[in-house]
Amino acid sequence: MKYTLREQISHFLVQYAVPIIFVLLSVFAIPLSRFSTQYLVQEMVARLARDSFLVLSLLIPIMAGMGLNFGMVLGAMAGEIGLIFITDWNVMGIQGMLLAMIISTPLAIFLGWMCGVILNKAKGREMVTSFILGFFMNGVYQLVVLYGFGNIIPIKNPALVLSRGFGIRNVTNLAGIRHCLDDLFSFNVMGITIPAATFLVIGAFCLFITWFSRTKLGQDMRAVGQDQEVSDSTGIPVERTRIISIVISTVLACYGQIIFLQNIGTMNTYNSHEQAGMFAIASLLVGGASVSRATIPNVFLGVILFHLMFVVSPMAGKYLIGEAQLGEFFRVFVSYGVIAIALVLYSWRRHKERERARRSLRGAA
Amino acid sequence: MERIRSFIDAAGWPRIIIALFLLGLFVVAPFVQVRLDASISDTLVRFGMNGVMVLAMVPMVQAGCGLNFGLPLGIIAGLLGAITSIELELTGILGVLVAMCIAIPIAAVFGWAYGLLLNRVKGGEMMIATYVGFSSVAFMCIMWLLLPYKSPNMVWGYAGTGLRTTISVDGYWIRAISDFLSFQQGKYFYFPTGMFLFLALLCVLMWLFMRTKTGTAMTTVGSNPDYARASGVDVDRMRTISVILSTVLGAIGIIVYQQSFGFIQLYMGPFYMAFPAVASILIGGASVNKATILNVIIGTILFQGILTMTPSVINSIVQTDMSEVVRIVVSNGMILYALTRVVKVKSR
Repeated sequence: MKYTLREQISHFLVQYAVPIIFVLLSVFAIPLSRFSTQYLVQEMVARLARDSFLVLSLLIPIMAGMGLNFGMVLGAMAGEIGLIFITDWNVMGIQGMLLAMIISTPLAIFLGWMCGVILNKAKGREMVTSFILGFFMNGVYQLVVLYGFGNIIPIKNPALVLSRGFGIRNVTNLAGIRHCLDDLFSFNVMGITIPAATFLVIGAFCLFITWFSRTKLGQDMRAVGQDQEVSDSTGIPVERTRIISIVISTVLACYGQIIFLQNIGTMNTYNSHEQAGMFAIASLLVGGASVSRATIPNVFLGVILFHLMFVVSPMAGKYLIGEAQLGEFFRVFVSYGVIAIALVLYSWRRHKERERARRSLRGAA
Repeated sequence: MERIRSFIDAAGWPRIIIALFLLGLFVVAPFVQVRLDASISDTLVRFGMNGVMVLAMVPMVQAGCGLNFGLPLGIIAGLLGAITSIELELTGILGVLVAMCIAIPIAAVFGWAYGLLLNRVKGGEMMIATYVGFSSVAFMCIMWLLLPYKSPNMVWGYAGTGLRTTISVDGYWIRAISDFLSFQQGKYFYFPTGMFLFLALLCVLMWLFMRTKTGTAMTTVGSNPDYARASGVDVDRMRTISVILSTVLGAIGIIVYQQSFGFIQLYMGPFYMAFPAVASILIGGASVNKATILNVIIGTILFQGILTMTPSVINSIVQTDMSEVVRIVVSNGMILYALTRVVKVKSR
């Protein structure tokens, strides 16, 4: 199979279109925003620590060929419920965070299992199904948190509850665990604070993914991702493997959301999880991942590029056109646009690759 | 008994539960001091308002492009038409007609481009449609700020530029279609005859279109693309036509909605508008690849009925506003049900 240079270049451009667009946009927007390098580096380090775990949780379902797991918001919801409980019980610091993880793990496993079962019924349209499932569970989450908490499920702390006597307030203050992981072990390099403990957790998780992909189960997942029917005939339990991949992803998203919120320190009880899903998926795609292939470097590159855009664009909009609102809208547009472009490119590329494969079969004409 | 069972099988449990739920709400309503005539009138008005946007789902579903989550694209075209008509200071039925005349060509162009895009991504339409809709709404947020509209009723007072988030059509063409031959019965019952006639007209046109050569070809593409191609139908062309039709209906639909609602909602307003329309047609009995006009009518009445009745009835019973949660759970639950059911049927 030999391709001309032109074909190779166009192949490269299509493959990395999204990161290239982002690098170009950043090169253009950074000087416009007038931020200092130190500020930007500090922001990026903080955001890498905050978001990487959430984004990493998306990798395993991609490996299993289930596309982008929009159902990760289910995990985020589980994590938030754990956080509400520990805030109510006033468990502080790293113990509080661990307790929140312990409480939310069974919930996340259950939600993940449910998501997996539903997605098995919608093979071939996993993404749109998990996307709608996220919306649906958001309704259920509201039902539980807005009407059940303080009503059926006892909540003692009056600061958490709405004035009507039940339901959690829109904003939950997580002062008790704020920065507890970040500050556990951190140091300064040239005036930039590096939350080393968080990075250690993220590093450990990267090792886990690398190790996991080499285990029997990980290899099974790859096989299922390649071809379900072939895997089935070689004796891999396809449906079970797919459910496991979603369960792992959901549990990890739950931990990711807890790490994310301990950094932020306040929780938008009814919005945090939705944003988590969208930003994580956009970040991963910006890093050059596709619906079928994503690696650990994609995650880190994506988080940096996406959040660089995120920090820079309102100010760039302000200085360029004189309206910060414009930059704000621009970054909303970019977050959604990126996902749209990545999905289009993926489907289109698949189409092209099929054609390429067909041409290579034809041989030299 | 056998007939009941086959009816339940055909309609599906979720639909029956929703219908019974709605019926229950109507039965309970008088006992909790909710006026039945006002509720029925509200349901009818909302049915008329949303009907056209639900009808917009039909062509794409029939052509096998899936549920049109990209409806916001058509809505944007409708918004452009509506604000241009207000900018021109047009009133009454003329204002609405001009709004539509401006919106339709824009929608056709959008729909054509969107159709070409969807032809390249066969199989992944729904997810891409969703994000095309989202990103076009976000893009238009930028445009609403920058477009050179000048009417003092539409732009921010202090800056003199940038359109407002909600624009009132009061004094221009509020209820211009609805009030045609409409009547008021007592204090609470209002019947928007004009809107129903308009919806009926569009439904009949759609029904006729589906029976023309093009319409039949479109349905064939939806049910079996390979067979369609073998019989000489240009698959891509049919799909593009269906997308254009859907987008144009979306544009008309939002104008009908606005003239009854009284406000034009810009910026993030159209963001989630595809979801109620998708849920409605699914509640009406459509699946991901088959939809009829009857599905549109039944679905819109059921869905809008629940939206109207839950706030008033449930609030009176439990003293809390749960309508938002009910709306989210019912509409997304219905979409979820439809998405998971299709494959079951296929694999049989």
